[in-house]
Amino acid sequence: MSRTLVSAPKTAKAGEIVDIRAMIAHPMETGYRMGPNGQAIPRKIIRHFACDYDGEEVFSAEFHPAMSANPFVAFSTVATKSGMLTFRWTDDDGKIETASAEIAVS
Amino acid sequence: MKARLALMVLLCAGEAAAQEIPAAERRSGTDFMSAQTRAVQEDDTANPGMLWVLQGETLWNEPAGAAGRSCASCHGEAATSMRGVAARYPAFDAASGAPIDLAGKIDQCRTERQKAKSLPRESEDALGLAAYIGHQSRGMPIASPDDARLDAARAEGKRLFETRMGQLNLACSSCHDANWRGRLGGSAVTQAHPTGYPIYRLEWQAVGSLQRRMRGCMVGVRAEPFAYGAAEYIALELYLNSRAAEMPIETPGVRP
Repeated sequence: MSRTLVSAPKTAKAGEIVDIRAMIAHPMETGYRMGPNGQAIPRKIIRHFACDYDGEEVFSAEFHPAMSANPFVAFSTVATKSGMLTFRWTDDDGKIETASAEIAVS
Repeated sequence: MKARLALMVLLCAGEAAAQEIPAAERRSGTDFMSAQTRAVQEDDTANPGMLWVLQGETLWNEPAGAAGRSCASCHGEAATSMRGVAARYPAFDAASGAPIDLAGKIDQCRTERQKAKSLPRESEDALGLAAYIGHQSRGMPIASPDDARLDAARAEGKRLFETRMGQLNLACSSCHDANWRGRLGGSAVTQAHPTGYPIYRLEWQAVGSLQRRMRGCMVGVRAEPFAYGAAEYIALELYLNSRAAEMPIETPGVRP
């Protein structure tokens, strides 16, 4: 089950700086830990996060093993036009989780 | 080593008889946290516990088991039907003739009414449902039921709270009644009021129940923890809720 929590203001004025937040439930297993009987727990982290605003990428980040589980990212962008913000998390296996939020710009 | 030293200091300080905390001095764990951690808890878009609440909401509306019914099929909107429910658990369960906690009640509903497979305690799904139901009572005062059938378990909970256990020979009350102003290995000791459960604990990087939290303390004093769902934990929950009566629920809480 994909569990994501994204937030962006529903409405904004053109040219306004808006705060955007995105969080995903993910173990971010570092690959450095041992399980029972000293067996290594395989690495499983999100590698890449990106946010598109109306089809154009406005933010992206590389994630590394030292990040906590359930990573939370906050950033800002300039509201230009009404459209969809889409969020993409790509993990080690290439699996992509997505989420979206709509913003109306006046 | 530092923690051990601090614990020894606590041990000596703890010799003063543990006294219950006067109502006017009661403080939620939130009060002991840093401003940053408080900010995470108070903002639903930053509170990671909300991920479990969302999962719980999905499960609430999803048919499960042979009965093909979801929680919502019987209970409808959780925002109305579950409002205040978490505030009054553990409650008396007439069927088993014993107190039952919220996690137990959810599972009872699942197995008996939905005819679904039991959810193991501390599983993501069980915690999600408990967090979702707990969240509906946010801001409401803890109101442990005034039910005479619970008195024996509540008294047992108080006795357990004040019983020294483990190799370090500490009772819950040695820290949480007698030394709640102190610090242990850099962390605030706190008064142990169960206001935010299930909580997102930064140390766990996940949501966990009050029983998991108590388990942590028991392991800390090197006692053998009770099994999840044990009558002892439910008795302790009952006592903690009466001790924290009227304090507002914060579920999902965030704790360091």
